Amino acid sequence: MNYHWNWHIFFEPSPNGTGTYLDMLLSGLMVTIVTSLAAWVIALATGAIVGVMRTLPSKPANLFGFCYVEFFRNMPLLVQLFLWFFVLPELLPHAWGLWLKQLPNAPFYTAAIGTGLFMSARVAEQTRAGINSLPRGQRMAATALGLRTAQVYRYVLLPIAVRIVLPPLTSEFLSTIKNTSVALTIGLIELTAAARAMQEFSFQVFEAFTAATVLYLLINIVVVIVMHFVERSVAIPGYISGK
Amino acid sequence: MLANFDFDVIRRSLGYLFFDGMTFTLMLTGLATVGGIIWGTLIAMMRLSGVWGLPRIAQLYVDLMRSLPLVLVIFWFYFLVPYIGQWLTGASRPVRVGAFESSLLTFTLFEAAYYAEIMRAGIQSISRGQPAAASALGLTYWQTMRYVVLPQAFRNMLPVLLTQTIVLFQDTSLVYVLSITDFLGAASKVAQRDGRLVEMYLFAALVYFVISSIASFGVRRLQARIAIVR
Repeated sequence: MNYHWNWHIFFEPSPNGTGTYLDMLLSGLMVTIVTSLAAWVIALATGAIVGVMRTLPSKPANLFGFCYVEFFRNMPLLVQLFLWFFVLPELLPHAWGLWLKQLPNAPFYTAAIGTGLFMSARVAEQTRAGINSLPRGQRMAATALGLRTAQVYRYVLLPIAVRIVLPPLTSEFLSTIKNTSVALTIGLIELTAAARAMQEFSFQVFEAFTAATVLYLLINIVVVIVMHFVERSVAIPGYISGK
Repeated sequence: MLANFDFDVIRRSLGYLFFDGMTFTLMLTGLATVGGIIWGTLIAMMRLSGVWGLPRIAQLYVDLMRSLPLVLVIFWFYFLVPYIGQWLTGASRPVRVGAFESSLLTFTLFEAAYYAEIMRAGIQSISRGQPAAASALGLTYWQTMRYVVLPQAFRNMLPVLLTQTIVLFQDTSLVYVLSITDFLGAASKVAQRDGRLVEMYLFAALVYFVISSIASFGVRRLQARIAIVR
């Protein structure tokens, strides 16, 4: 291998004038974290609602949930981001489209909303599976006690379902973090994009990607450890995930 | 809004989109699926083997691949493969590797980690009595795997494997970051050349949606059929 390793490159100033290459990577890391948290909030909120809709006794709600999930699951994330970023402003009334295009930080908002909606379909599927995994008797008993549908969900099904779907949701959150890297195609300078920029400026390909790899591994480890404790504290004793 | 929607740009570029673009996408999906399942099955077998160190290595591989974004892995291999080629062939310079070969290697190795987890679940779903009975009959480890365990594991896991292949099909669109002409890359090139982003991206989205929907519908039917047999 005639590749010139230079691990000191991280402490050399980067050409964008904001500090060293290390600063560049770390600001990329921050963007990755902030974007994935924003996306995760959107994914959880909409995903939970759609997931519940798919288990409701109402036919239209079911159909809507089904269409929603199929719509967001059957297109690549990259294509969805392009739709939000390039196509949506053109389809809106002219003034709105112009406003969207001039929005500062447009890549960030697009990435957060696009990734969030993409992941919400997966969250919805997990939520539905969680609710459907409850014994049928619970819903029946709650109805027999005279609870209305909203009350059945609020007091009986959801409190247990939340605790059941939490472990699978951890891996969906990890996917969300990884998926934010797709947003480099619409110009979001997150961790992968920062490593790519560093590679282009400094020609130290493998140092840049090694650093990005290590940072992604660190994020993963932190999330896994935190979620391990959360999962342990909410696990239902005697259930599959409980100890 | 859609008043000046130009259907003609789609019609004019259909040949390019499907013969150049979709052929690349489907070839990559097909070959990476086959390669990924073979390599993934081997990793799953390593993971479940009793040989010292092998399960640890397999687990490390799977965990590493699964904690990195595919985009980063694509970049890694794009830059690393020429050096690996140089090392393998003993050439004096990094070897030039084609876009297709590079992305095929990337997707095979990356998706293998996901296929490995599926195959591991499949192998573990076979009751322990079966390999025990097989070795009592005098079959070797490889014979047991080949004739007893793996055929059943594949059959049980077929719907999940196919679902993962649909994910892989969608993931291949990410070769866009290397400016490769896959289906989305072709659509994007036409879009930028003719200034017809709306038409081309909507059409690309529609094509991906139709193919993935039909495929996942097929997987659901298959799952229903297999579920009865089991």
